[in-house]
Amino acid sequence: MKTYLPARFRVRRDDERCIRCRVCERQCGFDVHHYDEEDDSLYCDDEKCVACHRCVVFCPTGALTVEKNPLSYRENYSWRPEAIEDLMKQAETGGILLTGMGNDKPYPIYWDKLLLNASQVTNPSIDPLREPMELRTYLGRKPDRIDLAAGNIGRWTRRAPQVAIETPIMFSAISYGAISLNVQESLARAATEYGTFFNTGEGGLHKSLYKYSDNAIVQVASGRFGVHQEYLDAARVVEIKIGQGAKPGIGGHLPGEKVSAEVAATRMIPRGTDALSPAPHHDIYSIEDLSQLIYALKEATNYTKPISVKIAAVHNSAAIASGIVRAGADIVAIDGIRGATGAAPKIIRDNVGIPIELAIAAVDSRLRAEGIRNQASLVAAGGVRNSADVIKAIALGADAVYIGSAALIAMGCHVCQACYTGRCSWGIATTDDYLMKRINPNIASRRLTNLLRGWSLEIKEMLGGMGINALESLRGNRHHLRGVGLSDTELEILGVRMAGS
Amino acid sequence: MILLDEAEQVLTIDAKGVYYRELNARLRDAVENGVKKVVLNNITGQRYLGTDLPGEVELEVHGTPGNDLGAFMNGPTVTIHGNLQDGCGNTMNAGTIVAHGRAGDALGYAMRGGKIFVRDDVGYRVGIHMKQYEGKVPAIVVGGTAQPFLGEYMAGGVLVVLGMGLQEGERHRANFIGTGMHNGVIFLRGSVEQHQLGKEVGVREPDEADWQLLRSLVGEFAGHFGFATEELLRGRFLKLLPLSLRPYGRLYAY
Repeated sequence: MKTYLPARFRVRRDDERCIRCRVCERQCGFDVHHYDEEDDSLYCDDEKCVACHRCVVFCPTGALTVEKNPLSYRENYSWRPEAIEDLMKQAETGGILLTGMGNDKPYPIYWDKLLLNASQVTNPSIDPLREPMELRTYLGRKPDRIDLAAGNIGRWTRRAPQVAIETPIMFSAISYGAISLNVQESLARAATEYGTFFNTGEGGLHKSLYKYSDNAIVQVASGRFGVHQEYLDAARVVEIKIGQGAKPGIGGHLPGEKVSAEVAATRMIPRGTDALSPAPHHDIYSIEDLSQLIYALKEATNYTKPISVKIAAVHNSAAIASGIVRAGADIVAIDGIRGATGAAPKIIRDNVGIPIELAIAAVDSRLRAEGIRNQASLVAAGGVRNSADVIKAIALGADAVYIGSAALIAMGCHVCQACYTGRCSWGIATTDDYLMKRINPNIASRRLTNLLRGWSLEIKEMLGGMGINALESLRGNRHHLRGVGLSDTELEILGVRMAGS
Repeated sequence: MILLDEAEQVLTIDAKGVYYRELNARLRDAVENGVKKVVLNNITGQRYLGTDLPGEVELEVHGTPGNDLGAFMNGPTVTIHGNLQDGCGNTMNAGTIVAHGRAGDALGYAMRGGKIFVRDDVGYRVGIHMKQYEGKVPAIVVGGTAQPFLGEYMAGGVLVVLGMGLQEGERHRANFIGTGMHNGVIFLRGSVEQHQLGKEVGVREPDEADWQLLRSLVGEFAGHFGFATEELLRGRFLKLLPLSLRPYGRLYAY
């Protein structure tokens, strides 16, 4: 069927600069560039371009650029180009539209409407260059009280397992299969070097990554891929994946063509079969059932590891989180509407869930009101772009954050949203042998530790400015936030006051 | 009351009124100290029996164990003189469960290895999302019949339902058998109507390799419960298998 879809981008080649080295042709995962020997010239299939900029960055003479197709549609507020093009694509295929990365729609980003405080005169600020600043964070259930019985002074009677991270930033769950082994190794190595955690996602832990298991959070999702005793024993934290911000309420399908021999071995399924993660866990239809799985995992790991439960931020997150804590979870991870994915139905990614900022505030407030905030750590995910977002998340009530997109961007991702094709030119969201070599774990892990270091330094500067020398003094301390451009209801839910008040 | 027969390395525990957490901790302790077999008397609803125990251990359970017996189990042999509740054999990797009675819902959810034998009927969604992987092919053999959604989402392994107790000419009662099935095989002795099967499921006659598999699994089943294998193999067996390994392949607009 002839497609009625116009190209979204145009590749511009400056023929005077082009030296016919054909780097662009080799680098493009989408076959945009073609060399014609007879003409000694390079041509482009613009309609295949996803604007990932791989060719632009690697062109040695700077001959390439990618621009938006300037094609004009008749102005129409309702039938915008995206709506027309999505519809045509479905008319041509009859399928569900897929996309990658996080929600790109202009929903409010509350990070940008929250401002941090700083000390002036009355409460001196602290210079983190000369004074110790504490970013170390302990995740896990904290005791309800300190037992002061004789001989036991200051020691907790029954301390639940704790894990320490040196900075409140962990790498989000990204499964092997959605990303290459090299990418997961880069995340694992950076987490190990910096003293934080990476998360296996639901695709299992490849045998070559067991050496990083001291810094691994392993997931147990509805498909139970690669879940076995050794996997549970290796991890520091076991996370039950209920939902994901990019696709709340639905499962996942890793198509058979991405299930290579190594992916199959890690997921413990036959090569080439679809890996279907059903939407629900078939043993969890209630909070009581969730509790049963939490304690099954505690039994399976002999109560030595915190059990985390990850949910997508949805309308009733506060009540759900309360249930999760009462079910026995040691960590509650919440993924907001801007959380990313390797593949999700576009209609779900763009329309389901709520912003993480509101969810953190609502959950933290609810757990405090019920007197159970100490019983679980709160990890926020979905749309954290910089260190200010991290510190605002903590001031709203999170203990730590997960970063996924930010980590991939650090390794080269240009957020072209074509992860679901498996043809990532940056070698990230692919398991293709040729493409995946583009991520060198030595270099990519350095880029990631650089990111963690840069953000951690900035967090210390901001903390010092507020006159705080330990991150835990900021947790849920919403007096250090003020809102701008927010309605009374938004301010109330966020639990912050208007700037100037 | 705990009795240890040192020569046999058999431990007997009276589980009456013992909370599951304490009971399972005692089992771990005992096994660490060299116990090879534990007899559990007066079991009343304690969960997670067999979880987090090493492979060579044998549990003999008298009573009614709680949910998730054998969850994540990796090798032990558990024999139950009583009925199983829900979620037993959840994500089991290796080992054997033999139930002299019936079993509840979601038996063998996502199990990847090992075998489960249930003498009588089983509940809903039995064998859901069972998998297989290289040499690991899990099997569940049910003596009686099953409730709906048998083998739902099945991704591997073998389910055998023998239909003992069904009257001459009586159909299996389950609907939606094999809904979403994309690998593995179900053998049903007795009859079902087409409308009872998921739309992803096709029906075949067992071939010689299938009969060999059936003889071995049914033989093992008969051995556990004292039935005659040849008797159980008499009658018509239907082989149910997925029509496509990619039931959801055409969902998306690429």
